[in-house]
Formats: sequence, C-alpha cells, structure tokens
Amino acid sequence: MTVDAVIIGSGPGGSTAADVLTRAGWTVVIIEKGRNHLLDARDMTKPASDYSNDEIKFTNRHFLGPDPFLEPRTFRRGHDDGDHTHVGEVNSIPSTVGGGGTHADGKTPRFREVDFGMLSTFGPQPEAEVADWPLTYDDLEPWYAMVERAVGVAGTAGANPFAAPRSGPFPMPSGAPMYGATLSTAAAEKLGFHPYAAPTAANSVPYDGRPACNNCGFCAFLGCPIHAKGDPVALLTRTMATGRAELWPETFVSRIRTEGRRATGVDYIGPDGIERSMDARHVIVAGGAIETPRLLLLSRLGGALVGRYLMVHYQTIVVGVMPFDVHGDRGRAVTHVHDDAMIPDDLSRAAAREAGLPWLRGGMVEHGGGGMPVSEAKIYPWGAGHGATMRDSRMRRHLWAFIMQGEDLPYRTNTVDLDPTVRDVRGFPSPRITYRGGRHELAASAHHGPRLEAVLKEMGAVWTLRTSSPGGSFEGIRRRMIPESRHVIGTARMGVDPATSVVDPYGRLHDLDNVVIADSSVFPTASGYGPTLTLVALAARAAGALAGTAPEL
Amino acid sequence: MLPQTGRWVHLHAPVEHPTDRADDGARRAERDSHPWYRDPVPIWLTEAEYNTLRAVCDALIPPDGDSPGAGEAGSADYIDTLLGAFSFDPPRIWAGGPTSGRAGGEACFGDFHHLSALDELAWRTRIEGSQGLAAREFNGPVTGYQQRYHEGLGRLGEDFPQAAPDERVVRLKADPEFLELVFGHVCEGMYGAPEYGGNHDTIGWRAIGFAGDVQPRGWTDQEVSAP
Ligand SMILES: Cc1cc2nc3c(=O)[nH]c(=O)nc-3n(C[C@H](O)[C@H](O)[C@H](O)COP(=O)(O)OP(=O)(O)OC[C@H]3O[C@@H](n4cnc5c(N)ncnc54)[C@H](O)[C@@H]3O)c2cc1C
Ligand code: SF4
Repeated sequence: MTVDAVIIGSGPGGSTAADVLTRAGWTVVIIEKGRNHLLDARDMTKPASDYSNDEIKFTNRHFLGPDPFLEPRTFRRGHDDGDHTHVGEVNSIPSTVGGGGTHADGKTPRFREVDFGMLSTFGPQPEAEVADWPLTYDDLEPWYAMVERAVGVAGTAGANPFAAPRSGPFPMPSGAPMYGATLSTAAAEKLGFHPYAAPTAANSVPYDGRPACNNCGFCAFLGCPIHAKGDPVALLTRTMATGRAELWPETFVSRIRTEGRRATGVDYIGPDGIERSMDARHVIVAGGAIETPRLLLLSRLGGALVGRYLMVHYQTIVVGVMPFDVHGDRGRAVTHVHDDAMIPDDLSRAAAREAGLPWLRGGMVEHGGGGMPVSEAKIYPWGAGHGATMRDSRMRRHLWAFIMQGEDLPYRTNTVDLDPTVRDVRGFPSPRITYRGGRHELAASAHHGPRLEAVLKEMGAVWTLRTSSPGGSFEGIRRRMIPESRHVIGTARMGVDPATSVVDPYGRLHDLDNVVIADSSVFPTASGYGPTLTLVALAARAAGALAGTAPEL
Repeated sequence: MLPQTGRWVHLHAPVEHPTDRADDGARRAERDSHPWYRDPVPIWLTEAEYNTLRAVCDALIPPDGDSPGAGEAGSADYIDTLLGAFSFDPPRIWAGGPTSGRAGGEACFGDFHHLSALDELAWRTRIEGSQGLAAREFNGPVTGYQQRYHEGLGRLGEDFPQAAPDERVVRLKADPEFLELVFGHVCEGMYGAPEYGGNHDTIGWRAIGFAGDVQPRGWTDQEVSAP
C-alpha cells in the first residue's frame, strides 16, 4: 500500500499539513523521531496525561528531547572557529510528538504586510541577502484566519495599532494579564510605546473541547497538563479522528528516496533499530529549520543553497528588579508585547546612519517575568546567603524582563550543514550550526536595549541589566555565543528563481515535483515576530495547494 | 506499509547494559523499611560518601535560621536517588503526570515513566558512564555521574564533614568541575518535586513561599492580575 503523503515531523508545521490533507481525504503517515507524550497511545484522538508542573523533568532531564547525548548538535561562529567549538544542545526545540508547539508559551502574532516585502520596502543591506517573499500578506490572510481557528488563538483585534488588517475577530478574547504586564504596559505607554495583549495559542475560555488556561505558571519549556495550549494537540487529535492517518513516534527518517524528478518515499529507522523504507506519493518535510536542511543534505537534495541563510532572532534581553513583588511565576510566561521597535522612527534612522547602515529594525518585544525555583537557585552564588537570596527572590518574584526578538538578516555565511565528525546515536552526521550576528543585529540591539531599559526604570526598577542572545556584543551577565532563542528560520528559502531559492512559493522543492517543505525553513526573511503562526499558515496553504482545497472560513 | 527492506543499523543494535550492583536489592529493601528522609539509608552511595555529600550540601546551601540547609532538605537523597535511578523499576528519571495531588487531582508524580531503549541508553550512559561499551561511545568515552561523585567526594576526604567551614570552602573551590556538577544537583534536590527524593515534605518550597506544582487548581485571573 502506498500512502498519499508521508509527513516528516509532527510539530506545528507537520500537524497542520496532516490536518489539511486528511480532511481533504488523503491518507498520511506522520513520522516523528521523538517519543509520544502528547497523545493517548491507546486512542490517539485524545490527549495523554504525561505533562506536569515538574521543573526537573522538563528543564533538567530532557523529557521532551532531543537528548543532547543521543542527538548532539554542534556550533561555531564561523570558519575561523574550526570544525566546531561546542557539541551538545544548540537552540533545541523539543523532539517529540507535537514538536516545539508542546512547550512553547505560544505567542502567535501574524506578520505584517511589510514583512513579506523587506527588499522593496527598505532596500538591501551590506553583507546580507534581503529578499521579498514570493507572496503577500493578502495571499496568506485567509490561511492565517483558518489556522487561528484551528489551533485556538486568543487575542484582541484592534489592540495593536500596527497590526495588518484582519478578515475577522480572534476566535477567543485575550486571557488574564500578568500583574507585572499591567505595570510594564502602563510604563511603556507613558514613554510612547504601544503595548497590547499578545495573541496566544492558549485557551482563554473553554474551546474546541479543551479547558481554559488556569494560569499555572509552568508554561514556557513545559507541556500543558490540561492541554489548554492548542498548538498542535488540536490539529493532531483532529487528524487522527479522520481515520486516515497513522502516527509513528520514535522513528527517524534518514533519507528521502527519489527517481528522476520524483520522490518515491523515505527510508526510516523505527524504535527496533531496523532501517526500512516506505513508498509515498508525496513527501512533506516539517522537521524544523535545523533538521529539515539536515535531511535534505543527507538525501543530497535541494541544491547548493540548502542550509544557508539561517536566522534565529537576535534577542535583546533587558531585565529589571522591582522593589515590589510582581509574582511573575503565575500565569502564562508572557501576556503582553509591543511592536514599536519594528517601526522605523527618527531615532532608529539616526542610529542606522551612525552605524553606517541603510536601516535598522528590532523585533517584537515580549513583556514577561517569572522563572522556576531550580533555575533561580542555580543562578545565585552558593554559600552563606543562598537561602536568604532565594527567599528575597529577585528573579522569580521581583524580576520583570523585556525580550526583543530582533529581526536578524539572511547572511549566506550563517548555515546549517553536516558536522564532519560528530554523529547521532543512529550513526548519522549531526547538524552543525554556524551563526554570528551581523552589524545590523548588533546595532539594532545596542539602539533598542537602552530604550527598553528606560521603560523598566519608569516601571520602578531599582536595578537593570542589558544583554543579548547570542551574547558578547555589549554588557551582559552571560557571554554565550550560542543563540538560545528557540526560533529557527531560513535554510531552505522560498522564491520563484531556482538560482536564488530552494523551494517555490508553495514550499515545493525546485528540483523535485512532489516534495514540499512545511516549516519555517522556507522564510526568506525572519521578521521580528515569532515564526510559528506564519509557518503554520504557510503549511496549510502548501497542503491546500497539494490537495486542491481552499482555506476553510 | 509493511517493511520492504530490513537491516540492522550497527550503532543501534540491542544494547547490553552491565547489571546493577549485586547488593542493590538488599539496600533498597533496607531503605524502603525506613522513613528515610529522617533516617537516611543511601541507595547507591556508601555511608561515608553519603555523609560527605550531606556536608557538601550544607556548605553549598547552608541553614540560616529561616531556611533549612540543603542537607536537611534532602539534596543528598536526591543525588543518591539519581545515582541509583536504575535500581528502581521504572527507573527514577521522569516523574509521572499530570498531577501530584498536592493541589488537587490524583497523586501521579510517583508513577515514574517507563524509558524507551534509547532513553535508557542515554540515562545509563550519563549515570554509569560509557564503560568501554561501543553503543555508548559513538562520540567517544563518557565519564558518568557515579564515577564523578565517587572521585569528587573522595577528593574532598572522609573528614570533610568534620572540617571547619572555611576549610570546606577551600576544598570545594579546589575542584571547580565537581563543584559545578554538585551545585546544580543540590539546587535540583532542594527545589525540585519531592518525588525525586529531595525537597522533603516540600520544605524547600515552603521556605521560599513557592506554591510548587499547582495543577489542577492553578491560579485565578484575580491572583494573576492583581498585586
Ligand atoms: C520554550 C519555547 C517557547 C517558544 N515560544 C514561541 C512563541 O511564543 N512564539 C513562536 O512563534 N514560537 C515560539 N517557539 C518556537 C516554536 O516552538 C517553533 O517555531 C515551532 O515549534 C516550529 O514548528 P515546526 O513544526 O516547524 O518544527 P518543530 O516544532 O521543531 O517540529 C519538528 C518535529 O520534527 C521532528 N523531526 C525532525 N527531523 C526528523 C526526522 N528526520 N525524522 C522524524 N522526525 C523528525 C522533530 O523531532 C520535531 O518533533 C518557542 C519554542 C520554545 C522551545
Ligand atoms: S499557564 Fe496555562 S497554557 Fe500555560 S501550561 Fe499553565 S495552564 Fe497551560
């Protein structure tokens, strides 16, 4: 038997493709290398109950994978660093049924019109290859509307003055604001910023048979014990309920098999360690922007640009300690954001001129707090005073932070390729990440950091600190050169010209007729918004094009 | 969808793990017969190592009148449980879900998850070291926690518990790699869920006013948004 499609990866991208295709009558097999802790193994139309408010399991013991011993990645900043400077975890997103959607805290903003036309709006940048997308916001809007309903996004239409037009309201109202956010948004407004309730894929009211979020506070980096996070459990349970899908966890796809211009199926290794192959009429690759290029490289597909233009969001992190308790450990990790750093103004234009650059863009700024006690305890110095510092709890109870997901530009030299020596447990070369922030990122971070610091001072901070991820550009506690954003973008860029892109405007590989990429690998530019809703909308659009279906409105 | 070809991937052939220590069963039975957080019986460490480790815990997070030291809170028991995780079935690596019973719901954290073959390979290697086994050395040899604790505690000396506070600090600082390992674990044992062997009776959480796991109760919108 040959299935209509094999889908590689069960994260938000793969789950969305599976949902669209199975509803159009296709048969699919979803192959996922990680374990299944999301769906009930006896009845995959229902969620499992493996998630918990357990900091040890999720943040110290790799419960959702990837285990860096079994699947190490390697890192270097550039050729001058040699083969690699680090082996282990590099900007990892869970490898598990549901992928990164399971432990993201799920801010799901749409991109704006300008994000699809960076080159024509702002023009080129030295060293970077800024490009327009081969589609517009209007092309994607109906798919945005459809996937917002499918995963369940809570938000307030009109709250963000910069937002692109919407064809309808959000499926749910915004959830409860964190106390700290009520203060930081007031301070930000006073200094001329425009904060708003972050659109979030977590239920603010019971929705689609799942309960409302009860603000447990164990949100980023952990799975939701009550499945109030909709992405992607809603899509996967619905897919399995069609009866046209199989989901194979603990199974690694090692190669896409081809004959001429067509893929015929994939080779895979199941939990028994045996390598097998299966036939499929179409292959959908949704492994995320690091594993997808790795698989294309292992399969020798996609051409010379595969793995190039890796983007991760150059984060500017500004923290402030408040003289009062903000109890940031309650609620979702982030409830509010603002977009002002993405809107050029006189100050950012002057900063660009000073840096010798044509323009500067920052990214969406998240207002958040919190932290759990084990990670807090590890930050403080050991010895006498540790107990008192924990009781005082500068980090968990008094800290408020801004994280700007700074737009990083597409540089040919920031890449994912195959490490020459390091292997995964199955014997395949590990992905090697080569990344260094460019002049634009450093200048944007240096420009926006102090403006955010001023907001924290306005909020009442008695102590502030600025740093970035990757670090080392300016003052900061940590000088880690490995990005930790958990946003991975680029590496198989989309375009109409096969000489300058890897996939066509519907995610189809230029060099094969039936292989489609359904994740953020295809983004030509990164924007400064979290990538997930946009990659999900693109995956729905690509799957819709395959199956000949229009967005369900 | 039946398999069309089949071959073993050599690095992923079934893995032979060395057996657990012969006396593990007896030690476990002895431990289970004690309310061990009051009268600790180590599972994997020797009594002498356990006593040194407890003193290390108190040197890293000392009692201060308002908070217990990490020794009393159970960090040594947490570490000892991790080192002996594979003397339990299922191994004490990942506590169960979705609730602990402390904030309502059923008490499920104690039902530890079963490990897959690959999970077991990873965690046995991390804890026991690679021991020259090809399946564990696909990227080279790995020194496990057990060996690092044996050697690290050995270097601190059996007289560490009796040493003066200043002397303890000097000895700990002389071994920065071991210090980094043990401090991380001490924090996990003091402030992680009690089911992992530490944070006895949630004493670590209570000392800092942390509610711990709160599902299924959660927090009301008022508790989130108001001062
Ligand atoms: C703590 C955290 C917070 C986040 N917050 C946000 C946020 O607020 N907003 C936002 O937009 N994004 C956020 N993200 C990022 C978000 O998780 C990712 O953008 C999203 O998960 C990407 O979806 P994906 O389907 O493309 O890939 P993934 O989620 O990475 O899923 C890919 C899946 O494919 C599997 N796979 C890969 N290769 C193979 C193979 N060869 N064989 C079999 N299976 C394979 C992987 O195991 C994985 O499960 C956050 C991430 C984290 C970790
Ligand atoms: S804060 Fe809400 S969405 Fe996040 S894990 Fe808790 S209940 Fe789930």
